[in-house]
Amino acid sequence: MIPELGHFALILATLVALILGTLPLLGAHQNRMAWVALARPAATAMALLITFSFACLTQAFVVSDFSVVYVAQHSNSLLPIQYRVAAVWGGHEGSLLLWMLMLSWWAFAVAMLSRQLPETMVARVLGTLGLVAFGFLLFILITSSPFERLLPAAAEGKDLNPLLQDFGLIIHPPLLYMGYVGFSVAFAFAIAALLSGQLDAAWARWSRPWTMAAWVFLTLGIAMGSWWAYYELGWGGWWFWDPVENASFMPWLIGTALIHSLAVTEKRGSFKNWTVLLAISAFSLSLLGTFLVRSGVLTSVHAFATDPTRGIFILIFLVAVIGSSLALFAWRAPKVGLGGRFGLVSRESMLLTNNVLLVVAAATVLLGTLYPLLIDALGVGKISVGPPYFNAVFVPVMTPLLFLMGIGPFARWKEASIGEILRTLRWAFAAAIIVAIALPFIYGSWTPLTALGLLTAAWVTLTSILNFVQRVRHTQGGQSFLSAALRQPGSFVGMNVAHIGIAVFVVGVTMVSSFQEELDIKMAPGEHVDVAGYRFTFNSVKAVEGPNYVAAQGDFDLAVNGKFLRKMNPEKRNYHSSTMPMTEAAIDAGLLRDVYVSLGEPIDRDNPEGEWAVRVYYKPFVDWIWGGCLLMAFGGLLAMLDRRYRVKARTSSPVKTPAGTQQA
Amino acid sequence: MNRYFWILGGFAALVALLAIGLGLNPRDVPSPLVGKPAPTFNLPILATPDKTLGPKDMQGKVWLLNVWASWCVSCRAEHPILVDFSKKVDVPLIGLNYKEVRGDGGFDMSKMSAEEEKKLAFQRANAWLSQHGDPYKLTVMDLDGRVGIDYGVYGVPETYVIDKAGVIRMKHTGPISPDVLGNKIMPLLAELNK
Repeated sequence: MIPELGHFALILATLVALILGTLPLLGAHQNRMAWVALARPAATAMALLITFSFACLTQAFVVSDFSVVYVAQHSNSLLPIQYRVAAVWGGHEGSLLLWMLMLSWWAFAVAMLSRQLPETMVARVLGTLGLVAFGFLLFILITSSPFERLLPAAAEGKDLNPLLQDFGLIIHPPLLYMGYVGFSVAFAFAIAALLSGQLDAAWARWSRPWTMAAWVFLTLGIAMGSWWAYYELGWGGWWFWDPVENASFMPWLIGTALIHSLAVTEKRGSFKNWTVLLAISAFSLSLLGTFLVRSGVLTSVHAFATDPTRGIFILIFLVAVIGSSLALFAWRAPKVGLGGRFGLVSRESMLLTNNVLLVVAAATVLLGTLYPLLIDALGVGKISVGPPYFNAVFVPVMTPLLFLMGIGPFARWKEASIGEILRTLRWAFAAAIIVAIALPFIYGSWTPLTALGLLTAAWVTLTSILNFVQRVRHTQGGQSFLSAALRQPGSFVGMNVAHIGIAVFVVGVTMVSSFQEELDIKMAPGEHVDVAGYRFTFNSVKAVEGPNYVAAQGDFDLAVNGKFLRKMNPEKRNYHSSTMPMTEAAIDAGLLRDVYVSLGEPIDRDNPEGEWAVRVYYKPFVDWIWGGCLLMAFGGLLAMLDRRYRVKARTSSPVKTPAGTQQA
Repeated sequence: MNRYFWILGGFAALVALLAIGLGLNPRDVPSPLVGKPAPTFNLPILATPDKTLGPKDMQGKVWLLNVWASWCVSCRAEHPILVDFSKKVDVPLIGLNYKEVRGDGGFDMSKMSAEEEKKLAFQRANAWLSQHGDPYKLTVMDLDGRVGIDYGVYGVPETYVIDKAGVIRMKHTGPISPDVLGNKIMPLLAELNK
């Protein structure tokens, strides 16, 4: 009964989405205020219905209702409760419903937090979101309903893929989807602006906090996924350039370009068309990502069951959403003014370069992701594009970007002086050079790539700190430094925090790829191995029993300089429901290094008390990778909460900033 | 028309590529074994464990080799299609039961003797076939998966089409769909049997 209620609520939500996607848009066009006023209640109703529907599916999982096909396929009565709840989005149908849930919540948030916007603008934004929701709901209802019944009911569920039975599943997909779907709001603002012809600073100001919020979620979601892959898969890597990872990384790159471009549009009224195009692209790439994951056109570790009808439906949806918005853009864009002029050396030109580099980066990722498909489609053969391609194209694109990141915040709007910037930054540059030359030697070996990584990281960190200190001094007046520092606007502090986050991330990537050590060896109980000064002693393997698996659990002693540090207990798990053994690595995490041991296979299958294949890692600074992402997200959060976004929006003229003042 | 329309053109090209991509199967990795003689083996037959069977015994016939196991969920999906096939088509279908016990993961192999494993495997395979129907002319038992390695099995189920000379002519990875059976396997069988 309850699954039917959930299904019914989903159908009602589809009808509400249709109303939301039509009447308010028409009303805004024809000035019918009664229709315009429908937007907020309709968005609220849609959010309530979908939340209810989602709750119904969750209930089916919690009580293990195996008369629902989706539950029978993705759950099991032995599955611990937290994974039963997370299993709701452990498969195709449920993850689409999660996508939809997020979309309806974003729409609801816009409806609640948009009191200061003109009513017709709200109607257009929510109407656009309604149309997107309508298409997605149709997709769920027609091809992927999670509420299909299985009669007679299965006695036991097939269980959730053991790879997914992890804390990561509980938070990675929701965060990632919040980010993906969040770009729909920036997209809806862009479409609304194109429809109304009101592409101006006010529009950019309204979009900024929403775009930033989506970007923060996406940053956290990607970082969480990367961390999950690192500790759960036991492969020792943190990024694999898998098509699905790329699918989330492309919107992130474009979204990063977008938050910078929006700053220019808001402050200077320039880059309007470009900003709109980025907003459309960020969401389009989110949809493309959904298509790539759901349709099975590419092989990936993330691919769920594939079904060509689903692929065709998403493709049609993609054409409708992206095609119509690009057509609208092509129609409206030529009429949009150019905005303020700027010099060859100026904040604007640097942000433009930043944008171009980020878009080029996204384009190379797109090319690498789709290239195997292209080759296959042309019938030339089957290839796969791997990390060597991406690493080779990424470093040259990212290096100038990181250098610009240090300079950009010091350039004035409109017209800046190179000489002045160089004078301000010369000490920072000298210090960064010293770090780049000295630090790799301290760590053992000097290579150009290590030095380059540390140079850029030090450069970004020093210039960000300098930028902050300078600004505090300028605005200090009679106050103490600390109280002036605390009074800096959120967007300015956030920018510097996020930039330092990038530097921290670069340190992590550089150090781990330069100085990590790994060893694959055979070990018998009683033997030990030394890696990077750490001694791993293999004591024994014993059988342990989990709630829905049996495992061989290794017992290792970790010691450094002869001093015992801790026990490490990696596991090799066999889940009752699966044929694939799972590796649970044991990780000793630390600020400056992780050490890591995982069990492979027993050398002789019939003698698990004997020798085992063991993998041991030493990974310096690896946690800085995710720490950097957290800092970026935190910076984004500060910027998003900047006080000025909560002030009643000014009217539509571009905000004039007096030449020579510096604002983020 | 204006300069912004090139973006639409680019998007149209991307859509065309994706539409073509939908019709392709990225998992359809060409097997190096296609065109080569089927690797030889000599495995006990499920119904008569003291007798064995190998590709040599099938010489002169066009036949299918289907890799299955009772723990394999996708095998259950393709099974009705195989049962239906065996009723309608007079082409011998040989089952290769792959790692019936060790592939399952639910057993502690260290506590099981070879004799126990064999007994359990035969018992499980027989039970599964009597429950779901037996489309196979014969099934041979690959307990330790060695033959599976020779054939490059990397996902159960897999199906091989082998011609009269004992050469592998086609390999299908994953469950057989009615589409694959009707449009690929059947025409190939008809051609080989000409």
